[in-house]
Amino acid sequence: MAIHTLAVLVENSPGVLARVASLFSRRGYNIDSLAVGPTENPKVSRMTIVLNLEGHALDQVSAQLFKLVNVIGISEMKDSDSLKREILLVKVVNNDKTKEIAKKHNVVVADENESTISIEAVGASKDIEALLIELKPHGIRELVQSGLVALERGARTLADRTLSTMGTANESDSNSSTADYQN
Amino acid sequence: MSKMNGAQSLVNALEAAGVDVMFGIPGGAILPAYDPIFDSKIRHILVRHEQGAGHAATGYAQATGRVGVCIATSGPGATNLVTPLADAQMDSVPIVAITGQVPSAAIGTDAFQEADIRGVTMPVTKHNYLITDPADIPRAIAEAFHIASTGRPGAVLVDIAKDALQKETTFNYPKNVSLAGYNPVLEPKQDAINDAAALIAQSKKPVLYVGGGVIKANAAKELLQLAEITGAPVVTTLMARGAFPDSHQQHLGMPGMHGTVAAVTALQKADLLITLGARFDDRVTGKLSTFAPNAKIIHADIDPAEIGKNRHADVALIGDLKNILRALSPATKSALAKSQPDLTPWLTETYGWRSKFPLGYDKPSDGSVSPQYVIERIGKISGPDTIFAAGVGQHQMWASQFIGYEKPRTWLNSGGLGTMGYAVPAAMGAKVGAPDTTVWAIDGDGCFQMTNQELVTCALNNIPIKVAVINNESLGMVRQWQTLFYNQRYSNTDLHSKRVPDFKLLAEAMGCVGLRCESPGDVDKTIEAAMAINDRPVVVDFNVHRDAMVWPMVAAGTSNDDITVARSMAPVWDSQEL
Repeated sequence: MAIHTLAVLVENSPGVLARVASLFSRRGYNIDSLAVGPTENPKVSRMTIVLNLEGHALDQVSAQLFKLVNVIGISEMKDSDSLKREILLVKVVNNDKTKEIAKKHNVVVADENESTISIEAVGASKDIEALLIELKPHGIRELVQSGLVALERGARTLADRTLSTMGTANESDSNSSTADYQN
Repeated sequence: MSKMNGAQSLVNALEAAGVDVMFGIPGGAILPAYDPIFDSKIRHILVRHEQGAGHAATGYAQATGRVGVCIATSGPGATNLVTPLADAQMDSVPIVAITGQVPSAAIGTDAFQEADIRGVTMPVTKHNYLITDPADIPRAIAEAFHIASTGRPGAVLVDIAKDALQKETTFNYPKNVSLAGYNPVLEPKQDAINDAAALIAQSKKPVLYVGGGVIKANAAKELLQLAEITGAPVVTTLMARGAFPDSHQQHLGMPGMHGTVAAVTALQKADLLITLGARFDDRVTGKLSTFAPNAKIIHADIDPAEIGKNRHADVALIGDLKNILRALSPATKSALAKSQPDLTPWLTETYGWRSKFPLGYDKPSDGSVSPQYVIERIGKISGPDTIFAAGVGQHQMWASQFIGYEKPRTWLNSGGLGTMGYAVPAAMGAKVGAPDTTVWAIDGDGCFQMTNQELVTCALNNIPIKVAVINNESLGMVRQWQTLFYNQRYSNTDLHSKRVPDFKLLAEAMGCVGLRCESPGDVDKTIEAAMAINDRPVVVDFNVHRDAMVWPMVAAGTSNDDITVARSMAPVWDSQEL
């Protein structure tokens, strides 16, 4: 499959987003979406990058990404063992039908006026897509979507695996062919 | 702890990092740093163009194995370093560039001499910094030297805002550098070593494909040991010339676009490539899909991202090449003790190609000087202890082909980026790093006109390099392609450099000795005259035949199987050979 989701822990330092974006651009890797934000550790930010890797190997992309000095750890977030969510805010006409769709999909009407309602939805990509398909015939006035964010299921954390060995002798498993990189 | 300004802290940090020389030019934003530089024990060499500073740092680093340092001001000073930074990064040469930046309050306002050099150099450096707080200077310098010199070496830039150089701070140089996201793997995995040894012990047609990483890892001795244990033929890439003695029986020469028939063909026919610090560059592989079609690949490199980038590796050995070779040699020895394939037919075949298709050239029939002959004679007369730095083009290929290299760090060139103008400043840097060694720049007349201003720097700073301008009055390699692929339409490759400039006079104007050689009979005595001058730089204008071409050749984008030994001339194989 050409679509892959990578969770990337990076040092929270100036320019780190530019470094990642510049790498993807110059090596010709296509980004479908990128979400970046703070983590439980103020020194560390986390990026969730959805990549369309037609013609590129995931191992190679991960290895190139891991060469960036500010990149601390990388893990592939597979559908089978991770939670994946995105946020949708959509402004549609205010009528019974659109409110009914919102109710059916169990999403919040976060703002309302005489002519429009703004719907807030958080969910897996396919749920967001299903909602939009139903709303579309009723006139979408404006919509905004976040990039996807992903979290591994179960007790294991990416930070456990990458930050626990921060600064110690490396235990990186670079000889293996997994997409996991850690120090 | 004593108070000082950021500039003094910078100079203290450079001293603490072990810097003994740096190449640079002052300017507004970096000016605060030049005041303490005036009193420092670090030798600062004032160059004539920042590009010269960058290539000099690279030449110094390639010749010595130490980190080269260059320094420039903001804006144009910094952007003039972009080419040498990209050049050093492509060839994995450890250099650190220090640049001044406009005061932090002015950053982002399009201030005078402002350029976002961190942003500009992000894609062409291993890492870079923008420092606005003087307290961060020592740590940034320590990290920069650590990153540049460890793992796969590369270029690092530290951009420092002028006010950070001026503000008061304390100096605290970190004893250790610890970076969460940077811990190069140095020790190969033993099971991978065993797998590699097992492949070697099964191979009937192995080739050691040696790249520049062997030189970076100072592993020439370890390479020789593995080569002699395996008995396999060796090829050395353009970046690896000198990693393995040219005089060694197992050496087939350089592979690639202008490699020897034996080296190129051995890779094509091999059943195993033992790849050591090489990266399957397009100039080596030719058309990738047809490269070494029957070979399994052992790929040893310190950079995990090189594994599988261009060619799938059957066994990946990640680590420092010295460690890899030290582990691989005994493992191979014991694997071969159990089963040793007879390499005799393969060696007979490859050595046969070597003797049947040696490198050679025709002497021009009009009595003019052959460029290959000049370069060959410089190599012979100057000897294998000499450091040679080449520019980019025909003269570079001839210098890689016709000078015998016996030792690592004696052949410096711009392999990856292919930077014309590299030779003179790189030779200057090499001579500064190795003052007791003869340093020749083998340059073309095109390249020489890009960076010869640094001869002034050499003349004024007692850096007596020797420069051979292989003057064919044209951009020779481009002209060769126009001859072969553009119907001899010589669009914009005629430089007229036998008339203008007069290189002899130009050299003398810059404080050097200028010599000229126009006939084959004078080549030796001119070289000997140049060798006898050691108190000044010397430039020899060798007027050579303009139509000489570099052979063999694998045309760009074609298969290595289609190598030609002369124009439209494939090697004539015995029928049983193919």
